[in-house]
Amino acid sequence: MSHEKPLIKINNLAKWFPVRTGFFQAIRSSERKYVKAVDGVSFHINKGEIFGLAGESGSGKTTTGKVILRLLEPTAGNIHFKDKEITTLGKSEMKEFRRRAQIIYQDPYESLDPRMTIFDFVAEPLIVHKIGDVEKLVTDALERSELTPPQEFFYRYPHELSGGQRQRVAIARAMILNPEFIVADEPVSMLDVSIRSSILELMVKLREELGISYLYITHDLATAKQVCDRIGIMYLGKLIEEAPIDELIDEPLQPYTQALIAAVPDPDPTIEKSKAMIKGEIPNPINLPPGCRFHPRCHYAQDICRKKIPELIEVKKGHRVACHLKT
Amino acid sequence: MVLLDVEDLITYFETRGGFVKAVDGVSLQMNEGDSLGLAGESGCGKTTTMLSIMRLLPSNGQVLGGKIIFNGVDMLNIDEDTLRKEIRWKRMSMVFQGAMNALNPVFRIGDQIVQTIRAHQDVDKRVAYEMVEELFSLVGIEPKRARDYPHEFSGGMKQRAIIAMALACRPDLVIADEPVTALDVVVQAQILELMRNLRDKLGLSMILITHDLSVIADTCNKAAIMYAGKIVERGDIVTVFKHPEHPYSQGLLTNYPSIRRKRQKFAPISGRPPNLLFPPPGCRFHPRCPYAEEICKTKEPEILELDRGHYVACHMKNL
Repeated sequence: MSHEKPLIKINNLAKWFPVRTGFFQAIRSSERKYVKAVDGVSFHINKGEIFGLAGESGSGKTTTGKVILRLLEPTAGNIHFKDKEITTLGKSEMKEFRRRAQIIYQDPYESLDPRMTIFDFVAEPLIVHKIGDVEKLVTDALERSELTPPQEFFYRYPHELSGGQRQRVAIARAMILNPEFIVADEPVSMLDVSIRSSILELMVKLREELGISYLYITHDLATAKQVCDRIGIMYLGKLIEEAPIDELIDEPLQPYTQALIAAVPDPDPTIEKSKAMIKGEIPNPINLPPGCRFHPRCHYAQDICRKKIPELIEVKKGHRVACHLKT
Repeated sequence: MVLLDVEDLITYFETRGGFVKAVDGVSLQMNEGDSLGLAGESGCGKTTTMLSIMRLLPSNGQVLGGKIIFNGVDMLNIDEDTLRKEIRWKRMSMVFQGAMNALNPVFRIGDQIVQTIRAHQDVDKRVAYEMVEELFSLVGIEPKRARDYPHEFSGGMKQRAIIAMALACRPDLVIADEPVTALDVVVQAQILELMRNLRDKLGLSMILITHDLSVIADTCNKAAIMYAGKIVERGDIVTVFKHPEHPYSQGLLTNYPSIRRKRQKFAPISGRPPNLLFPPPGCRFHPRCPYAEEICKTKEPEILELDRGHYVACHMKNL
C-alpha cells in the first residue's frame, strides 16, 4: 500500500480497569489493583491500510480498538488521527471525529436493533449528524454493501435476514458517513464459513473504492492473512510483535507468535498437523508476571526475561519484536 | 470391521409451518478406528444426523426412514431401556456442542463425572472416583483437580473434563459436536492433539461435526460434506479435500482461508442455503451452482461411487 503519513498513530496507549475489592481487603491493603487490559501499546495505521491486531481472548485487542475510538477513555497515552490528538478533544470535535471513524462489531445477531427497520438503522447516523437526502444515501450504502435491490431491504427487520446479510447491514451503517477509518472487531467470526469470504471480500472492495483504513481485530490468523497488510500480535495487554503479514507468518520471531502460528490448523490434510507448542492458557491479567509477560510459558526464557520487560524494537525494516533473545 | 452403517436416513421435524426436512436420505459408513469429519454450514443437518444416531432427537423430531446399524445392533428397532443401559454412553458417547458451559456450577467436576459413570455402570462411589482420576490423567488434567468446581477450570480444562466424561465408559465411538469452536487457537491445538492421541492410544473411533474444515483436515481420515440435509460428497480425507468433485465442496474448500496458502481472490458461493421447509426440487444445490443444467432443476442426483470409496451426488459428475 501507500507509504504516506500515518492516518492513525497511537503512542503508549494504556487502559487499566480497577478491580473491585471487598471492604476488608480495601482496609488491609492500600494498593489498588488493576486489570491492565492494554498496557503501553504503540503502532500506526497508514491511509488505505488494513492493520490486523491478533491474539487470544483476554489479550486486550478489543479494548485497544475501543480505546482508539474513545468508546473507552484511555488511562494513558496518545492517539493521533491525522495530526489531531483525539484523547483531549471536546464534545463537538469528538462528534466530528465520530463521523470519520466507525466500528463494526463481532456479532450481527446482537449489534442490530431488533425493533428498527433496516432503513431506520442504516439512516440513524445521518439523522444524528443532520445530513440530508437520507433516502438516496441509504440506498447507496445498501447497494455498496451488495444488498440489492436496496428498496427490498428498507422495511425489513433484522430477524428476517441471515447472518451474512445482517453483517452487510452493519457495514452499510458504518460506511454511510463516509468514514476514513473503521475498527472491525472480529467481523466474520460469528458467520458461517461460506459467508466469511464474501464479507471479507466486501471490506477489501470498499477499501479499494473509498480508501478506507481498517483496524482488523481477530483471533484467526488465516483470515488476517487474506486481508491484512500489516499485523500486530498482542499478549496480555502488550504488543509483542509487528510486521508485514507475510513476513510475520513466514518468519515469526517472538516465541509466542511462533506458537500461535504453529497452532493454526490447515485445510490441507497432507501437510503437518497443528502443534501445541506451549502449555496452559493466558494467565489471569490481574497478577501479571514480572519481566516478559510470556516468560512463564516460554521454552527459551532466561534470567533477564524474568526481570526486565522487553521493549518492542525494530529488528528489520517494519518488523518490530519484544523479546530479549531477539534484540 | 464396519462399526457404523447408516443407510438412507430420513429425519424430519414437525413444525407449525410443516415438516422441516432436516436430514433427507443420508448414508454413511465407518470402520473401526475411523475418524470421520462431517462438515457443512449451520442448519445443514449435521447435528440432527448425529442425534438421530444417538436417538436423542427432541420430541418434534422423528426418524421417518432408513437404517442405522451400530456394532451389529439395529439402532432404530431397539427398545429404549436396552439402548440406555447397553449402548448409549457405554458403546457410543457424545461431546455435545457447548457442553463445557453446561457443567453444573454448584457441584464438583469429579462428582458430576462420577454421576455419569454410576448411571451406566454398577460400581460404588469410591471406585467411580478412582476412575475419574484415571480419566483425568488420560486427558491431561492433574487427578487431584477432580475436586475443583467448574469456575476453577479454564475453558480448555473444562473441555478436557467433558471429553473425560465422554470416555468414562470406554465407548467404541465418540461423537464430538463442534468440540473446539469456542476455544482459542492455542488451546484448540492442545485439544486436537489430545483427541489424536486418544484415538491412537485407545483405538477410538470418532465422528467430528464441525463447520471448520481445517479442524477436520487436522484430525480425520474420512470426510463427508453435507448440504441442506444431504451428503453431497464423501470419501477419504485427502481425496475429498484435495480433489473435491462436487461444486459445493469445491466452493467451500477453495474459499477456505489458510495461512500457508498464497493470498488469493475469493470466489464466494453466491446465495444462501435453502429453507428446509421447502427445499428446491432436483438437486438442492442447483440455485447456487454455477454449473447447473436443466436436469439439476428437476431430478434429484443420487450419491454414486465415482472412484473407489469416493461418493459424489452430482448429475454433472455421474454421467
